[in-house]
Amino acid sequence: MSTPYAKLPGWVEYGLVPLINLAVAFIVAGLVVLLVGENPFEAAYHLINGAFGRGEYIGFTLYYATTFIFTGLAVAVAFHCGLFNIGGEGQAYVGGIGVALACLWLDQTMPWYVVFPIAIVGSAFFGALWAFLPGWLQAKRGSHIVITTIMFNFIASSLMVYLLTRVLKPLGSMAPQTRTFAEGGQLPKLDWLLSIFGLNIGTAPFNISFLLALVAAFAVWVLIWRTKLGYEMRTMGHSPSAARYAGIRESRITVIAMMISGGLAGMMALNPIMGEQFRMQLDFVQGAGFVGIAVALMGRSHPGGIIPAAILFGVLYQGGAEIAFEMPSISRDMIVIIQGLVILFAGALENMFRPAITRVFAMRGQRAAAVVQTKGA
Amino acid sequence: MDNIAIELRGIDKSFGPVHANKNINLKVRKGTIHGIIGENGAGKSTLMSILYGFYQADSGEIIVDGQPVSIRDPNAAISAGIGMVHQHFMLVENFTVLENVMLGAEDSQILNKGIAKARQELKRLEKEYALEVNPDALIEELPVGLQQRVEILKALYRKADILILDEPTGVLTPAEADHLFRILEQLKAQGKTIILITHKLREIMAITDEVSVMRRGEMVATRTTGETSVEELAELMVGRRVLLRVQKGEGTPGDVKLSVQGLTVKDSRGVTMVDDVSFDVRAGEIVGIAGVAGNGQSELLEAIAGIRKATSGTVLLNGESVDVTGHRDPAALRARGLAHVPEDRHHVGLVLKFEESENAILGYHNDPRYLNGVFLDIDAIRKDAEEKIAKYDIRPPNARLKTANFSGGNQQKIVLAREMERGPDVLIIGQPTRGVDVGAIEFIHKRIIEMRDQGKAVLLVSVELDEIRALSDRILVMFAGRVVGERSPDATEGELGLLMAGVEGRKEAAE
Repeated sequence: MSTPYAKLPGWVEYGLVPLINLAVAFIVAGLVVLLVGENPFEAAYHLINGAFGRGEYIGFTLYYATTFIFTGLAVAVAFHCGLFNIGGEGQAYVGGIGVALACLWLDQTMPWYVVFPIAIVGSAFFGALWAFLPGWLQAKRGSHIVITTIMFNFIASSLMVYLLTRVLKPLGSMAPQTRTFAEGGQLPKLDWLLSIFGLNIGTAPFNISFLLALVAAFAVWVLIWRTKLGYEMRTMGHSPSAARYAGIRESRITVIAMMISGGLAGMMALNPIMGEQFRMQLDFVQGAGFVGIAVALMGRSHPGGIIPAAILFGVLYQGGAEIAFEMPSISRDMIVIIQGLVILFAGALENMFRPAITRVFAMRGQRAAAVVQTKGA
Repeated sequence: MDNIAIELRGIDKSFGPVHANKNINLKVRKGTIHGIIGENGAGKSTLMSILYGFYQADSGEIIVDGQPVSIRDPNAAISAGIGMVHQHFMLVENFTVLENVMLGAEDSQILNKGIAKARQELKRLEKEYALEVNPDALIEELPVGLQQRVEILKALYRKADILILDEPTGVLTPAEADHLFRILEQLKAQGKTIILITHKLREIMAITDEVSVMRRGEMVATRTTGETSVEELAELMVGRRVLLRVQKGEGTPGDVKLSVQGLTVKDSRGVTMVDDVSFDVRAGEIVGIAGVAGNGQSELLEAIAGIRKATSGTVLLNGESVDVTGHRDPAALRARGLAHVPEDRHHVGLVLKFEESENAILGYHNDPRYLNGVFLDIDAIRKDAEEKIAKYDIRPPNARLKTANFSGGNQQKIVLAREMERGPDVLIIGQPTRGVDVGAIEFIHKRIIEMRDQGKAVLLVSVELDEIRALSDRILVMFAGRVVGERSPDATEGELGLLMAGVEGRKEAAE
């Protein structure tokens, strides 16, 4: 029995459905704000204003979005291969080693445009390395990638504590962090980009790694839909049995997909380390690896969806901080609740409104067809 | 008239833009066997799902015993006296027959009382309808025919007066099917009404009293079985004249292209699925492997195609040895001239979420003509797909459409086009026409014979005995993993049927 299948127009599938989900998430979040005894409209105002109100705010929003584009792409690449990489957090964290090493080595002698490419390679290398082991264990030993990647997050965390307290910390310092990089380890801000729109970047750390994120998004699109490797990954992701039939070497593709995924997660480290703090600190990832899962889900694992989803989460982070600042009874945790609701409606309950929407459009389609028929007669 | 068991009036059902049932009217007389035939996608299953409460009709009425009823879910169907025997059994494998029969009809929270009652009732049913099954046997230990009997008992236990059977003979040997028909006759004699859904015209002719034909969501005709013919029904189903049996000349076998010697395959639990099988396939001949599903044919095909590891044995392709017990490499086998049309096109032969053109290169995606270095040459891939679409008359002719949106027959044509257009030396085909409509069957059969006439060696596995007999030059019968006999295609169905059931084979092996 074939499943009846109705196709929605593209703008509904990729535009209207996510928007409705998002609207519902905000309505429910508004109710939560109401329960706390605050005015939800005021909260909404602070959210929007905090994210877009000034050039500086926009800079922060896009700074966060940059991070989420990398981790979202990382999750999406693995997902196309049928692998659920929830180790983006650890891979990004370890990727920081590559960035820090490149900067500590060259920052005093080389300009940023020499250090940056080396840091890119370094971050991707270390991130990929951290994803290689779970990938290899999955491919050769059948250890489930969800379990191993999440365990590797903890190992990464311990490893970094060790490195930042024993190895990478300057002598005599009490803070678990590397020394502050010289100019060669600092990425230029994208103030000129904002000034095109007449905006002033202020103190926002919006930097050139945003452009790298956009390039990475395009590269991921090319990889998945335009290369042989991407074809093989998608075949495996949709149907492992068809991949076996086609003679695709599963273990090889699994390892490669995980390494690409880990590499992308690792590149996230460029943004905070070289773009904001100019040193590697303990815990600099701050959950961005997990947000990447939500971003990939919401963006339907397509770079064209991941970029707006990453920006949305940038808005929630930046605007949310503003709400917490302006409305003290709404704590930072409330912001996390609101973010959770967005993930719930946009990701987990994604199909909640779809049947109803499909029905509406099917009816419209029929009516349109009937009109055509009567005209033809 | 009061002898109508069930009547449908103006049933209409759409799924989005798909109009699955259009204004269906149907009357089924009490105490008869009423056949419903139609191609895949004609709307038979949708109609029956509406009757059994899986779907709601958009409009229309269902009248049972003169009373309009509303069937909102399967429970409502059961209380209206409608029982269903599904194509894929809905049984709990590690429960006993008794437990399965009473599942969902336990009467009380404490099972003991219910069990005693159910056992009694089961005994009565067995006696009344000659449906013997050991109530304490585990389902997983029963042969398929008996499992089906349990499904029927389940429906009767729930006091069904109208029994719907969806493609009931798909998994049965000819002998088991005959037995099922005798049971159905018995049920009819006891006053039960039976609705039989099938695409096998022969069954319709053999057992039904009346037959209704569906085509593209519409009920196009109802005939008294005695007054119609296979040819007329086929024409009604397809909407045009069809050749039921393909024309085939004598084959001219040449050199041995595929040689299988002592092939043994064990599954992951160590159960022997293919047991010491040996045969040759020559250029320009079609060797058919007959057998009831699950007797090792699938594993045999997979082992030859390099998807499954064999435990021992040798395979020679074009006279050269293939590593069947060690490293599996389907891609290398393709390069050496082996093409494989897998049994399960939904999960193996195709990626349903891919565009048609992407599936048209599955397994051949390493071919340099589809690549620009590491990049896919999208233009070349689409152009190639469009040529195949034209040549194999794949509809709709749209290389960018998602494969899931093609009908079963057209999906199969996508696979066949991909595998046949490579000019392979050896073609192995599993279930070429499973779930494929009558019109496409004719086309596919013609292509397979064309391949033979071009001098290809063809190994064909099918559970449709008619298909094996129509296409093969030699027939091997598999039972319990062994080849139990070889026959010419002129062998009678009864003779092959006995081999398939393992009766003749054992004797032959003993001699």
